[in-house]
Amino acid sequence: MKWSKKDLLDLESLNKEEISMILDTARSFREILDRPVKKVPILRGKTVVNMFFEPSTRTSASFDMAAKRLMADTVNISPKTSAVQKGETLLDTARNLEAMKIDLVVIRHSSSGAPHFLASRIKAGVINAGDGQHAHPTQGLLDMFTIREKRGKLEGLNVLIVGDVTHSRVARSDIHGLLKMGAKVSVCGPSTLIPMGIQDLGVKVYYDLDQALAEADVVNVLRLQLERQKKGLLPSLREYSQLFCITGERLKKTKPGITVMHPGPMNRGVEIEPAVADGASSVILDQVTNGVAVRMAVLYLLTGGEGSVSEAIKKEA
Amino acid sequence: MKELKIQKAEDRLIIKNGRVIDPANKRDEATDIVIKDGVIESIEKSDNAKSGAQVIDATGLIITPGFFDMHVHFREPGREDEETIETGSLAAAAGGFTGVACMPNTTPVVENQGIVQLVKSRQTAYCGIYPVGAVTKGLECQELAEMGDMFHAGAVAVSDDGKPVTNSNLMRRALDYCRMFDIPVISHCEDLFLSADGAMNEGALATKLGLRGIPNVAESSMAYRDAQLAALTGGRLHIAHVSCAETVEVVRQAKRRGIKITAETCPHYFILTEDAVKGYSEMTRVNPPLRGQADVQAILEGLEDGTIDCIVTDHAPHSHEEKEVEFDQAPTGMIGLETSLGLCWTHLVETGVLTPSQLVEKMSLNPRNILKIGNGSAVGSGAGLTTGGKIEIGKIADLTVFDPQSKWTVDPEEFFSKSRNTPFKGFELTGKTVMTVLNGNIIR
Ligand SMILES: [Zn+2]
Repeated sequence: MKWSKKDLLDLESLNKEEISMILDTARSFREILDRPVKKVPILRGKTVVNMFFEPSTRTSASFDMAAKRLMADTVNISPKTSAVQKGETLLDTARNLEAMKIDLVVIRHSSSGAPHFLASRIKAGVINAGDGQHAHPTQGLLDMFTIREKRGKLEGLNVLIVGDVTHSRVARSDIHGLLKMGAKVSVCGPSTLIPMGIQDLGVKVYYDLDQALAEADVVNVLRLQLERQKKGLLPSLREYSQLFCITGERLKKTKPGITVMHPGPMNRGVEIEPAVADGASSVILDQVTNGVAVRMAVLYLLTGGEGSVSEAIKKEA
Repeated sequence: MKELKIQKAEDRLIIKNGRVIDPANKRDEATDIVIKDGVIESIEKSDNAKSGAQVIDATGLIITPGFFDMHVHFREPGREDEETIETGSLAAAAGGFTGVACMPNTTPVVENQGIVQLVKSRQTAYCGIYPVGAVTKGLECQELAEMGDMFHAGAVAVSDDGKPVTNSNLMRRALDYCRMFDIPVISHCEDLFLSADGAMNEGALATKLGLRGIPNVAESSMAYRDAQLAALTGGRLHIAHVSCAETVEVVRQAKRRGIKITAETCPHYFILTEDAVKGYSEMTRVNPPLRGQADVQAILEGLEDGTIDCIVTDHAPHSHEEKEVEFDQAPTGMIGLETSLGLCWTHLVETGVLTPSQLVEKMSLNPRNILKIGNGSAVGSGAGLTTGGKIEIGKIADLTVFDPQSKWTVDPEEFFSKSRNTPFKGFELTGKTVMTVLNGNIIR
C-alpha cells in the first residue's frame, strides 16, 4: 500500500489501513530514537513550516524535533513573530507559504476547520496539529501507538476518556481513531462537559467515574481548562476533583494492569493525582517519546515516503 | 457584462397573455394587463390595436404584484464596498423585487430622522427602498431611538436586527410606543447567553466538527418572550428569520391567541440543513444558523399553514476578504435577492408545499400589508395609504414577470450584487425573473 493523501487533517477521514500504516511506520522510527545517532537523512532538502497560532510547547517541540531528526529544514512561526499580529489573514498566510515552495505545513489554530481552509488553498501538505475543539490527529495516533505498544493490540480494548470532552480535540481524534481500529470507547465527565450527540460517534457515556472505570483497560485523562468554572460549566474545581480525579484509591477497584494516559500538560491534583501520574500504570512520558516517532512517520509518509524505513535510510545514506 | 435597462413608461403598454396571479383579488388566469401612464388601465383580454400601444407577449410567463423583500442589508451608509443602495436595488430588480426594506444596522445606524432621509434620498429607479429604523440608539439596547420621528420621515418598521433587544423592558416599551404609529417591531430573536460563541447549530454535527453550537431555544425563548410582550402591549410584533421548529410553534400559538404577530423565514432555512456546514464552508455561516431536518420540515409546515407570513432573503452581502477566513471567524449572512425566486419556485411550488398564489402572498402581498406599503416606489410609505401587493385598475403598475419553466444554474459571477457570498452556487433552479415593472417602467 502506498500513502495517497496530501494532508493529515483528522482521523475521521482515514481508514483502518491508513492508520495502521502510520502506526507501523512509526514503530521503525521509534527504534531509531533509541540509537546513539538519532538522525536519518530521509527528509533532506524538504522544508517543513511549523505554524502555531496557539501557544503549545509540547506539540510544536515534538514536530520540530521530528522534522530535525529526519534532517528537514524547519521554519517555526508563532503568532508573536508572524504577521498575523499585524492583521494578516490566514488566506494571506497561505498565499505566502505557497509562494515559498515549501513541502509541509504543520498548523495549530484555535478555529476548528482552519487546517482544512489552508489545505484546500495550497499545494503543500498540511498537518493538523490541533484545530479548535475539532481534531488533533497526531495526538490520537500517538495515543493509539502507545496503547498498542503497552497492550499489544487495540482491537477489543476498552478505552475510557475522562474529563472535558466537549472542548477536547484529543478526545475526538482518539474516538475516531480507536473506533476504526476496533477498540471500544467510552467517555466520562460532568454532563456540562459531555457534548450533545457524542453518542452518535459510537461511544458510551458515563457520568459516574467508578462505574466507567470498572470496564476500562485504558483510561485517558483529559486536561481541565481551569476557566471552565468561570464559564459556568462547573460549580468548583474542588467538586470536579472529588467527582472526576483519577486517584490511586479509584484505580484499586479497576481491572488489574489498567493503563493511564494524559495528553498533558497536567493539572496535578485536579484531574489526576500526582502519585498516579508518576505511578506504574502511567505511560504519560512514553506518550511524549512516541509522539516524536509518530510525527516522524507522518512527515515521512506525507512527503512521499514509501516502503520500509530502513531501506529508505540506506538509500539516502 | 449583463445590464439592466429601464424603459420609461410609454403612453400605453399591453402585457398580453400572461398568467396573472393576484392573491388579494383571488385572480389566477391568463389575461392581458393594459398600463397607461404607469397606471393599470384594464385587466382583461384587450385589443392590440389600442392607440400607440407597445405590446409585450407574456405567453407562458407569470405576472404577479411586485415582490417585496422586507429584510435586506444594503450596507449604505458605511460599507459601500460590500453593497450600495444602487447595487442592492439592481440585485433586487434582477431578482424580481420592486421594493425592499433595509435594516438599520449600517454605519451610522439608522437611528434618527436624518439618516432615514439619507437612505430614502439614495432611492433608485430600479427598486423602492424603505428604511427600517432602529429600536434603540446605536443598537446598544440602552435607550429608545426616536421611533416617531423616524416613522414620520418614512421608516416603515423598527428593528435592532443583527442583535436582539435583550432588555425585556425596553422591548416592552418599544412595542407599546409603536402602537401610536401602527408599525411593527421586527425582532431578531436571540438569547445571547445561549448563543454565546456559537458558530453553527447545536448537535451531533457541531460536536463532530468541533464548532460551538447554538441551540434552537436561543431563538424560540425570545420569540416567546416577545409574543408575551406583544400580548401585554397590544403592539405589532414581527419575528425575523425564523429558523427552527420551536419558533414556528410559538408563532402558531400566539396567532391562535389573537396576538398581533407575524413572521418571516428565508429560503436557506427551508432548503439547507446544518449538513451544508460540513467541510467548514464559510458561505453557510448564518445567524440564526442552519438547523436540522426536523426544523426544515417545521418551517415548510409553517409556510403551508400560514404561520409564516413572508419569505425574505436577509440579503447580507460580505466582502470576499472578510468571508474567506476561518469558519468561526467569518461574518454571518449570505446574499439572496437574485436566487430567492428560483429557490422558492423550485423548493416550494414545484414540490407542492405552496401554490403559486400562496407564494405570491408571501413574497408580495403579506410583506406590503405588514409594512403598509403601496404599489410602486413613488407611493412612499406610512399609515393611511392603501397597501400594495395587488394588481388593480387605477393602481400604479408594480409587477414581477417571471418564467416558471426557465431552468438555470446559480452563478454568483453573474450577480448584480457587489458581493458573492452564497452557498447556492451551482444549484440547478427552475423559475427566473424576466422583468419587473416599477411605476409603469419596464426594467429588464
Ligand atoms: Zn437578524
